[in-house]
Formats: sequence, C-alpha cells, structure tokens
Amino acid sequence: MKIWKKGSMDKTGSLSLLVVIGVIMAGLFAPLLAPHDPLAVQMSLRYAGPSWEYLLGNDQLGRCILSRLIYGIRPSVLAVLVVLLFSVLIGAVLGFAAGYFRGRIDTWIMRICDVVLSFPGYVMTLAIVGILGVGLENILIAFVLTKWAWFARVIRTSVLQYTEQDYIRFARATGMRHGQIIRRHVIPVTFADIAVVASSSIGAMILQISGFSFLGLGIQAPQAEWGMMLNEAREVMFTRPEMMLPPGMAIVIVVSAFHFLADSLQVALDPRLRQSGVQHDRQPEHKEVPVRL
Amino acid sequence: MLHIQNVEKSYRKSGLLAKRSEKVLHGVSFSCHDGECLGIIGESGSGKSTLGRLILGIEKPDHGAILLNGQPIAQRQVRRGQISAVFQDYTSSINPFFTVEQAIREPLDGDGRSRADHGRRVDELLEQVGLSPAYRTRYPHELSGGEAQRVCIARAVANRPRYIVLDEAISSLDVRVQVQVLHLLQELQSVYGMGYIFITHDIQAAAYMCDRMIIFRKGQIVETIDTDRLREVQSDYARTLLGATIII
Repeated sequence: MKIWKKGSMDKTGSLSLLVVIGVIMAGLFAPLLAPHDPLAVQMSLRYAGPSWEYLLGNDQLGRCILSRLIYGIRPSVLAVLVVLLFSVLIGAVLGFAAGYFRGRIDTWIMRICDVVLSFPGYVMTLAIVGILGVGLENILIAFVLTKWAWFARVIRTSVLQYTEQDYIRFARATGMRHGQIIRRHVIPVTFADIAVVASSSIGAMILQISGFSFLGLGIQAPQAEWGMMLNEAREVMFTRPEMMLPPGMAIVIVVSAFHFLADSLQVALDPRLRQSGVQHDRQPEHKEVPVRL
Repeated sequence: MLHIQNVEKSYRKSGLLAKRSEKVLHGVSFSCHDGECLGIIGESGSGKSTLGRLILGIEKPDHGAILLNGQPIAQRQVRRGQISAVFQDYTSSINPFFTVEQAIREPLDGDGRSRADHGRRVDELLEQVGLSPAYRTRYPHELSGGEAQRVCIARAVANRPRYIVLDEAISSLDVRVQVQVLHLLQELQSVYGMGYIFITHDIQAAAYMCDRMIIFRKGQIVETIDTDRLREVQSDYARTLLGATIII
C-alpha cells in the first residue's frame, strides 16, 4: 500500500497500529502467551494483588487475571472484528448500490433498512438468539443481521454526496464502467467515513457482547471475556475497586487504538489533510485582475 | 455527426401530498457537425445544463433520441473516446485524491498504449494547455481556478474525442482568465479539430467562440442563428438577450 511507502502515518497512528496488531496477535496466540490456565481456580489466591508470578493479580476465584485478559481477546476483539467486517461488507455493498445507482434500487434497499432499524437493536438480537439458541456464534450472527442496515444507511449517505461530483460525471461521460468508477472514485473518498463509523462501533459492540454474556446468552461463565470480567469486578466495586482496572483499561486502550488508527488513516489517505510534501507556491491568478476595457 | 432528435425530459418533484412532474425539455431537435462550435445560450434554469447531461449520456431522455454517428449515445461503448466534457465547477471536477497526472491519464486508460507513452502524452497535454510538466505531481487543492480548469481541458482532449461539451466551462473564472481559456480552446480546436458544444449564459463569450448559436428558453429552442448574422435575430427574446449585454 502506498501509505506505508510514503511514511505519512503520524506517530499516534503508527503506535495505534502497533497496539492493534499486537492485540490481534496476542489473541491468536493466546495459548502460547498466557502464563497460566485462565480457568484454573486457586481459592488460596483469592483477590491476591499483583505478584511476579501473577502480574495482574488474581480474581475472585484466584484465576490469573492476565491470562484471562489474553484469552478474552478472542471473543472481545477478534469476534467483534469479524462481525464488523461482515456487517460493514454487507452494508458497503448495499450502501454503494443504493447511493450510486439511486432510483428504485435505492428505495428498495432503504425501505428494507428502515424495517430492520425499526426494531430496537437489543430486542432484535434477543429474538434472533432466541431462535438460534444460546452461544457466542449465534450472538455474532445476530449482530451481523442487525448492524448491516445501519452501516448501509451511513455509507449510502456518504456515497450520495460524492456521486454528484463533476469528476464522477466526467468519468461516466467518457464511458468508464460503473464498477471502475466506484473502485477508483467512490471508494477512496468514502473510505474515511466508513473507517470512522466502523471504528466508533467497535467499542459499543464489545460492551454489547459483554451485556449479552451478563444475561447468560453469550459467553458461558467460566470462559474469559472482557465485559464479563468487568461485570464480575462490579460486584466488588467498593471493596476492591482495583479489580475493574485490567478489563476496563483493556477496553479503553483497544477502543482508542482503533479510533486513533481510523483518524490517522483518514489523514494519511487524503492529500488535502496531508501535511508532508513540498508546499508549492501558487501563482496568484485570482488576485490581480487588471481588466482593460 | 451528433443528432438530437425531439428530446424531452421531465423531473419528478415530490410535494407534500402529490407528486408532480416538471418538464425541463420540450421536444428539442438540432444537430452538430464534426468540428463545429455550437453555442447553446440560455438563462439559468432554461434547461441547457440538463441538455448537456443528456448529450453526455449521463442521463437518458424520456422521449426522443441522441445519436452519435447514428448510434444511441446512452450506450457506454458509443461514448468511449468520442465525447468528453469540461464542467463549470473546477473544485469538484478533479478527484481530490488524484494528482494532475492521474487525472489526465484517466481517459487514456485502456487505449492499448504503454505507460511511458501515456506519460509523454501527459507532458505534451500540459504544455498544450500552458502548464509546465512540474504540475504533474500536484493535487487539485494546490491549483488556482484557472490552472484547475486548464487541467480539466487537458483531460478532456487527452484521448482526442470528437465532441467536447463545455458546460459553463468559463463562467466561474475571472474575466482575464476567461479570455485566456477561450483562446486556449480555440487553439486546441485548430490542433485536434473536435466539435464543441458550448453551453453558456454569456452571449459575448459564445459570439466569440461559436460558429452557430442556439438561443434556448424554458426548455425550447427559440432560434438558431449563425454567429456572423447575429444582428439579424428575429425573435424578441433573442433581441432582449442581445440588448441585455453590456456593450463595451
């Protein structure tokens, strides 16, 4: 990709990218990285503080918090990313079709979106889980089924404002294919909007998954999941407030990393926002207007 | 030859309760010869830009036909390499993510020549429109209005089309640059010999550029007249238009 060659990603962006890649890797290789079995109960170490053996301490059942955090990446981050990928993909295809071609396709897609969006998100997800059965996979399927409409709508709006631009008219007039126009002219300019929307929904999704886990519909009890860890810590909020820190910080760090990454990607891709490069001196063609009549 | 035959177009306006459609073009017919500069003059809202979009094949007429060498222009393959355009708003005419070079290369894509050939052509085109090859790496937001419009003109002539639709192409430039761009367009016409369809509200600029003019009002052709016989216009509307220009 050309952004890496240009090296135009700023420091925050590079750091966020490192964090994101690091977290994803840690999740994928959790069994190798985790110092202990995340499910091993040791009641003697109940609420133990950080030690060299258990870097982040132990929870209410004496389980290693660090290992649980690392294993928790899988449902909390990896699963959310997969859901995001699918719902953004569906949303993008339909949003591009609706915004670019307009007319009847647009009307149909948007009415279907209206129907999907008219149910409150939680209720719809609950209903789908009720039909499919309890489990993380079913929650993820339910998420994809309820979230795509929102993405489709946002992406359509973004596409709509660009399809009326003259450079797209020019491309159409000169006989370029629709697919090519979308690929060359529409996707790059709408990418920023898509990235921002996608990254802002990551945080909400992590919390929703934990919400369903709390209701006993998602991750089942002994398995580690960030939202659930936070929920377990909530019970001892006043006696041991430090228990909330590891899962809370993990969520905050991951969510902000995605936000910052989306922000600096936007800057790196848009030449108007990019600071690097030589400032050309413009010819002041506008300023002096010596009209001789 | 470009034939516009009895073209009608209406747009639907959705009101609070009922939808009503407003007719923008009423049975417009004319033709444009190869290498001719044909002016379409009308006030804003007269439907001349709609006509421009129809000629470019971006929209389809409700009735009638627009034919380029006997084939319908709405087909992509018919337009390919034959027709091109320069628009009024130079700020949105070039993709903000493209450099000047990428923008000019765009219509050259897929003509079977090598990248190096295209590179040379870009240099040649920049020179023809009076810009130095150093502009190749610039982005549209780094260009002034006149420069951006020159780039648009270079892009429009890049694949040597047969017709170029100039939709208010000089209207948003300041007066001095307007004159420069008009000269440039005339020079390019003598080099490439393409036909211009010059859509404008500025009857002076049209008189300067065009061989023939169509006076357009409320979606209809009021009068068609050769530029050298402009003083002999018959219709009242054309006379008021002529009278309305400030004679310097």
